[in-house]
Amino acid sequence: MDERARKREIWFRPVLVWVALCALLATTCTLSYVPLGGFSLPVALCIAALKGALVGAIFMRLFENNALNRLAAAAGPIWVFVMFLLMGADYFTR
Amino acid sequence: MSDAFLRKPFESLERQHMAVSFGMWVFLVSEILLFAGLFAGYSIYRGLYPHGFLAAGRETDIVYGTVNTAILMTSSLTIAVAGRAARADFGRMAWRLLVVTFVLGLSFLILKGFEYREDIGKHLLPGPDFPLAQPGAQIFFSYYWIMTGVHAVHVTCGLIALLRLIAISRKNFAWLSGSASEDATALYWHLVDIIWIVLYPLLYLVGRSHG
Repeated sequence: MDERARKREIWFRPVLVWVALCALLATTCTLSYVPLGGFSLPVALCIAALKGALVGAIFMRLFENNALNRLAAAAGPIWVFVMFLLMGADYFTR
Repeated sequence: MSDAFLRKPFESLERQHMAVSFGMWVFLVSEILLFAGLFAGYSIYRGLYPHGFLAAGRETDIVYGTVNTAILMTSSLTIAVAGRAARADFGRMAWRLLVVTFVLGLSFLILKGFEYREDIGKHLLPGPDFPLAQPGAQIFFSYYWIMTGVHAVHVTCGLIALLRLIAISRKNFAWLSGSASEDATALYWHLVDIIWIVLYPLLYLVGRSHG
């Protein structure tokens, strides 16, 4: 493979992810002006989670990483989920 | 890869790289939990004062917020490609992309500075001159200043780490793929981007569809 083709290959997947991130940014920004009532925040947070997952999986190479790093990375969202679950069980059921 | 980059106590560069990225991931998870504490406080107060948060959220500048989100996402792209280029032995290309990443990060901070100036001009610092009367509006802005401030400190740390990479590898591009520093800095920079991606809907997209 010549140098240009190798450089094109280096750019290809990250640029696809960047285009997807920009499209999601435009979507979430536009949707914030649409009256969705109580769904506004969950929709915006789902889009943010999708963007974060794209950055983690492709840019941070979790997709192609070893199991040890994937496990370490998974600990973050898991403990955040537990914290919000226990907190919600108190504050939002009063 | 040369053994010149090997550090004690590692016996091979491969293990050294694995240890650096694993250590970095453990650190990043602690960072996620730091911000999660702030997100938790924000959620509780948003639940207690929904109207105050909607009214206050409309006062943030969505143009600055959106442009800055795009800038950080683009800087994530350039540093991701820099790592791939370094590993494929395109050292000069990797070095140039790190410089672009640094410039984008600096632009983020400069725009944030302009935004802060505008916010202060609108008296959006919690205190006696705060313009909104709704209960909870000041609490929203307390979170706005703390969360964006802590994030800006992280961006600054990332810029210092980037500057270190750029300076050390200026005359030795091979260092970028050999030392594992590039990988660790890139992971940190991506996390700073992810945190901002979560902050954006919490601070800039609030209350836009309400009169």
